[in-house]
Amino acid sequence: MSGLVPALIMSGISKRYPGVVALNNVSLSVMPGEVVALLGENGAGKSTMMKILGGVVQPDSGTVTIGGTPAKPASPADAGKLGIAFVHQELSVLDNLDVAGNINLGREPRKFGMLDVPAMHAIASKATKRVGLDVHPTTPLSNLPIAHRQLIEIARALAQDAKILILDEPTSSLTPTETATLLDLIRELKSQGVAVVYITHRLGEVTAVADRAVVLRDGNNAGELAKAELTHDRMVAAMVGRKIAGDISYVPLTPGEVVLDVKDLTTLRHPAGKASFTLRAGEIVGMAGLVGAGRTELAEALFGITPAVTGTISLSGKPLAITSAQTAIANRLYLVPEDRRHHGLVVSLSIRENISLPDLANMQTAGLVNRVQENRITQERANALTVKAPSVEMAAANLSGGNQQKVVLARWLALSPKVMIFDEPTRGIDVGAKDEIYRLIRALAAENVAVLVISSDMEEVLRISDRVLVLRNGEVTGSIPRSDATEESILRLAVHHD
Amino acid sequence: MTNKASLKTFLARKELGIFGLLVLLCLMTSAQNPNFLRPENLQNMARLTGIYGIFSLGLAFVVITGGIDLSVGSVFALLGVALAMLLERGAPPVMAVLITVGLGAAIGVLHGILVTKVKLQPFLVTLCGLLVYRGIARTVANDETKGFGMAKGFEWLPPIANSNTLGIPNTFWLLMLVAVILWVVLHRSVFGRHLIAVGRSEDAARYAGINANSVIMKAYIICGVLTGVASILLAFFTNTVGPATHGNSYELYGIAAAVLGGCSLRGGEGSVVGVVLGATLLRVLQNLVTLLHIPSSLEFAVTGAVIMAGVLTDEILRRRRKA
Repeated sequence: MSGLVPALIMSGISKRYPGVVALNNVSLSVMPGEVVALLGENGAGKSTMMKILGGVVQPDSGTVTIGGTPAKPASPADAGKLGIAFVHQELSVLDNLDVAGNINLGREPRKFGMLDVPAMHAIASKATKRVGLDVHPTTPLSNLPIAHRQLIEIARALAQDAKILILDEPTSSLTPTETATLLDLIRELKSQGVAVVYITHRLGEVTAVADRAVVLRDGNNAGELAKAELTHDRMVAAMVGRKIAGDISYVPLTPGEVVLDVKDLTTLRHPAGKASFTLRAGEIVGMAGLVGAGRTELAEALFGITPAVTGTISLSGKPLAITSAQTAIANRLYLVPEDRRHHGLVVSLSIRENISLPDLANMQTAGLVNRVQENRITQERANALTVKAPSVEMAAANLSGGNQQKVVLARWLALSPKVMIFDEPTRGIDVGAKDEIYRLIRALAAENVAVLVISSDMEEVLRISDRVLVLRNGEVTGSIPRSDATEESILRLAVHHD
Repeated sequence: MTNKASLKTFLARKELGIFGLLVLLCLMTSAQNPNFLRPENLQNMARLTGIYGIFSLGLAFVVITGGIDLSVGSVFALLGVALAMLLERGAPPVMAVLITVGLGAAIGVLHGILVTKVKLQPFLVTLCGLLVYRGIARTVANDETKGFGMAKGFEWLPPIANSNTLGIPNTFWLLMLVAVILWVVLHRSVFGRHLIAVGRSEDAARYAGINANSVIMKAYIICGVLTGVASILLAFFTNTVGPATHGNSYELYGIAAAVLGGCSLRGGEGSVVGVVLGATLLRVLQNLVTLLHIPSSLEFAVTGAVIMAGVLTDEILRRRRKA
């Protein structure tokens, strides 16, 4: 084991996006044969760090040194050549190819310009054996269960003879047995001198396999934990760090009667996770949870985009089968979706057309759009929310994130909402516009609307919520009143304890 | 921004380019061969433009949903045969016309169900349609050419396709009527707005509470009905329907007209005026090949080259606007 030269040094890395500092002078180093856990909440900067290492984005400043040589990964192919291999949380294997095709993808051995199939099979067999998977190289990926596809992804990384292996939530779709196999595999790789960066929210795995943990918080280094310090409590404390100052402009409202009552709701993503909760009129309820906890799926079930598999939804005491967005809208339950550009808006249409889209039925005479009425109403709504644009005829594509979000909001506000669900309402929105969105959400609650705010931004959840629900694997694991809500109390309910 | 200004940019974007191309081709042809402007020639072109324009408009609605209909030509054969056989067997002419259009609508419903409910790709659905309808047409007609003879008992029907009113062919009048209705539907109605939204982003439309399936279904029905109407005009125009060849590859003219007229094959964009201009342009091109004594073997090549030039110009202008 060549323990002298670090396999990887990332030093003083900074990266800014418009309105957001993603990374501020962050450093990370890994020795050969060392497993370093990279910890942090959603948005702490872990994925930006890994994108830089993978050549997907370029840092504004800072240096990357691999095996003692300065490197500048300019593309994913570049990173591969430098001996860096990734295993992503979202599967990036192709289910239209077989096992050998996936493991050799992009590095296919050739013979006279043709695929060298025997060589491909040999490489694939060797790699699958290393991950403890007994499949034939010609097995189509579509025949394998999700967990095995994840292992194929790891096998692909191993087949590159990677010196540095990045594992991003590799166990999120694995069973406990498969997870144990994977952890054994990591120990094996470690003994072979591979440097491993392990990203996970499952803190038990960190204790089990990591030699050290590097903690990020809000794009900054927030300390390191040695092997002996890798306990659940120490890790949570390090990730949370400071206490967030309460919002001084917060005025508690007295919530009214229960408007939305959800019982044992399950979605396709988490068929076993039953979510039960209530929303009251005039109450802002935050919904926290880790990536993959099923928050967006829950919102889409309530809005009828992908109806719930089982469970009951009652609105103002009456049971309601929400089978489509039309049902939800007819009952004045609206969603401001997470993906503004693909779900919230038709970006090629104008502000006017986007605002009036769900409401054209009320602006028509005999099936024809009443343009005078449409112009007047949409102009009023855009003005009320101070959408900044030279004209409502401007295409939504040309607006800033904050203004796009206002257009989505403008669409629903005039339809007197009873329940408003916001999914990541301020993602990609700069700080100033964020405050405006918060102000609008508050105003809704003041008008007795029941508001659910789904957010991965812990600060946002704490700042805006009267009460916080925590979702884990599709299940509501807790409901914390504002006075007791802290990052720590939320994170405890959100992470896996196994 | 005033409505006038937005109307102006709208014109500049969608239809002005193709209108310019059309004028250019007309000037060029009439300069080379004065016969181009003779009333009989213009009437003949207008008659065909009427027929082509009507089904091109129907196809354009499907294209705006992001779909396609490859079966139009075969539907012409099937409906043409059906119409001829119905009349041959003494069906009341009004009934025969209604059944023919109804069959067109039924085919639209079938395509719509397969696309929206079964979630098959429009290309696949209508490609199968292209093969199946042609086969049925040939079998039903016993592979014999059907005709209307002297139109005994329904003498008033063929003139709808073949005569003029105020010097303008009836089919062209009919196209104008259809175009006005569809212009209102596409550019002024709630359905039209929903169609544009669904075509550009089905997801975003669903999040706005639009029933995307019903919108797409309606587009296929409109296409079916207009194909039905055009099939009657075409059958009387040709006066005989040879089931093996009648209407062959007409769907491609329709798609070409839609694309020339500013419909994106990605969906979500389209203009009724543009499609009418596109259909006209294709007729003028065909006429140009004849009048300028270009070998008829070159007709397709010329048509293809002009369509490509039109689409390229459009793309270049689009990029320049963006830059």
